[in-house]
Amino acid sequence: MLKTLALFAAFAAFAFVPGCEKGSDRGSAASTTAPPSARHVTLNAAGSTFQTQFQQAAIVGFEKDHPNITVNYGEGGSGRGRQQLADMVIDFAGTDAPFHAEDLSKAKGGAILYFPLLLGPITVSYNLPGVPDLRLSPVTIAKIFQREITTWNSPEIVADNPRATLPTTGIVLVRRSDGSGTTENFTKYLEVAAPGAWKLKSGASIEWPADTVAGPGNGGVAQIIKSTTGAIGYVDLSDAKAAGLRFAAVKNSAGKYIQPTTGSASTAGEGIDVRDDLVFSALDAKGDTSYPITYQTWLIVYAKQGDEAKASAVKEYIKYLLTSGQAMLGGLDYAPLPKTLQERALAQLAKIQG
Amino acid sequence: MATAFAGRPAPADHAFRWIAIGSAAIVLVVLGLIAAVMTARSIPALRAMGFEFFVSRRWSPANNVYGALPFMWGTLYTSLIAIAIAGPVSVGVALFITEVAPRWMTRPLVHVIDLLAVVPSVVFGLWGILVLAPTLGRCVLTAGLILGMMVTPIITSLAREVIETTPAAEKEAAFALGATRWEMIWGAVWPHSKSGLVGAVMLGLGRAMGETIAVALTIGSAIGQISINPLKSGNSMPAAIANQWGEAFDLQKSALIALAVLLFAITIAVNLAATAIVLRSRKRSSR
Repeated sequence: MLKTLALFAAFAAFAFVPGCEKGSDRGSAASTTAPPSARHVTLNAAGSTFQTQFQQAAIVGFEKDHPNITVNYGEGGSGRGRQQLADMVIDFAGTDAPFHAEDLSKAKGGAILYFPLLLGPITVSYNLPGVPDLRLSPVTIAKIFQREITTWNSPEIVADNPRATLPTTGIVLVRRSDGSGTTENFTKYLEVAAPGAWKLKSGASIEWPADTVAGPGNGGVAQIIKSTTGAIGYVDLSDAKAAGLRFAAVKNSAGKYIQPTTGSASTAGEGIDVRDDLVFSALDAKGDTSYPITYQTWLIVYAKQGDEAKASAVKEYIKYLLTSGQAMLGGLDYAPLPKTLQERALAQLAKIQG
Repeated sequence: MATAFAGRPAPADHAFRWIAIGSAAIVLVVLGLIAAVMTARSIPALRAMGFEFFVSRRWSPANNVYGALPFMWGTLYTSLIAIAIAGPVSVGVALFITEVAPRWMTRPLVHVIDLLAVVPSVVFGLWGILVLAPTLGRCVLTAGLILGMMVTPIITSLAREVIETTPAAEKEAAFALGATRWEMIWGAVWPHSKSGLVGAVMLGLGRAMGETIAVALTIGSAIGQISINPLKSGNSMPAAIANQWGEAFDLQKSALIALAVLLFAITIAVNLAATAIVLRSRKRSSR
């Protein structure tokens, strides 16, 4: 009898299991008597896969200096990061694109601050033996990615590369199988830089032509390009380098063909207009030496934290990313923020409150 | 002592009764809630697209146009390839185990086949990428082959169950009339198990249609492509949901949910039909 009752009680209790812990240890500050800095704080975050490597490297360095703060950064994509921040299940998120207006109104924690962290080039990587250097203009890229150009020796590519000998090989177009911030930025670039020529619009997943090959993630696309002669696709710089791919120099708005490097991406960051809330787009930036397909990623967080200890931990971590963290970027094939942007981001830290 | 059980039911019986009813009810409530919430959230997309959702070939989030047809086609095509391969193989294996294999082999064989059923689907998917995709490409056929391997264990174990219900008397009668083993299978086992085997294959079909990650990795994620050529890339309903959900927003989310509702409805229909067929054949055999 007792056993049955216990079983029944366990069963009943199961029905009342509370939901996942929201924004860990929020609200417990009032009950603790220790000063905020002494309490152990855990910051949970998720989002953009583009900035994951940087987050992981920075977390290791940061936790060494701050033994009472733990930071967890999970991947999942920019869209999921924004969603989880809006639902207040994480403390901050990483995103490569700002909130869509209609989603912003659903954010439960009030005003959201954008902290730019880094810039990075999206390469147009290719696999074409015997062609070590390739130059592409935005209109040619648009035509290749709409399958209007299907062979490597087409007149448009020859016009961009007057000195190269191009083979008759067919072009294999490789793109993402999953919805992705990289796709969104790459297609936005084509919209801006090749208006008229680019007809597929922009977005995390677009209406790709039928005869294209899809791979999961930047790494998946890189792997297919590497193993397919004649392939071309868009891959972020660190994955392209890790796979040992060759990538094209792309014609920028000043008419110069520029190689994707961390340097040419940082330069792009200097030639852009930044709004007061630090939202901007580094695509098709001005400047002779700017790489035009440069994108950016932010850390987004609520201004009002509702907890002193958490607010100061978040501030400490963002400050670390914007100062010591910037020195780690080069080694990870990311581009650091230009000085002015870094200073504006640091100044914005004061807006985070308990 | 014996009198203790004779009187009115003990409180423990009441408790047990309600726990049992509660457990059963929870399953139904959860299923109902899933269906209700999903349907409600799919309405914006269905309202925007109307009947076009079911017949349009176009899937373009940038233009807010969502047609489910290519995904339905991919789901159906890959599942049928899977069944075309797994059906005959599974029935063959089941016949081998029940009628042909020496007794000492039966048990280990059953275990090995059951092991195939516990391989996580992402492992099948990665295997497909590493082994099949380099030669076949990421296409409908690759996904179909992998699905075939994945549904073989479930069809085999159901088929074995069905075949084992053939009354020994009928089989012995066939042998007594001088039938060979093949003639016995054809004359006694087959007529008896036919409809049950169809049911087993259909349950495998239901499983194949819902498989997500292995297909998402290998089918090629084409957008809006419907081709009869199995070497072309395609896309299936669950694969599209898994691939696009993370970065979807607004109406695209609703359209993906509508895909899920559609898949839910189709798999439930297939499973109900299959279960009915299996049950009917069982009832007939017990008569």
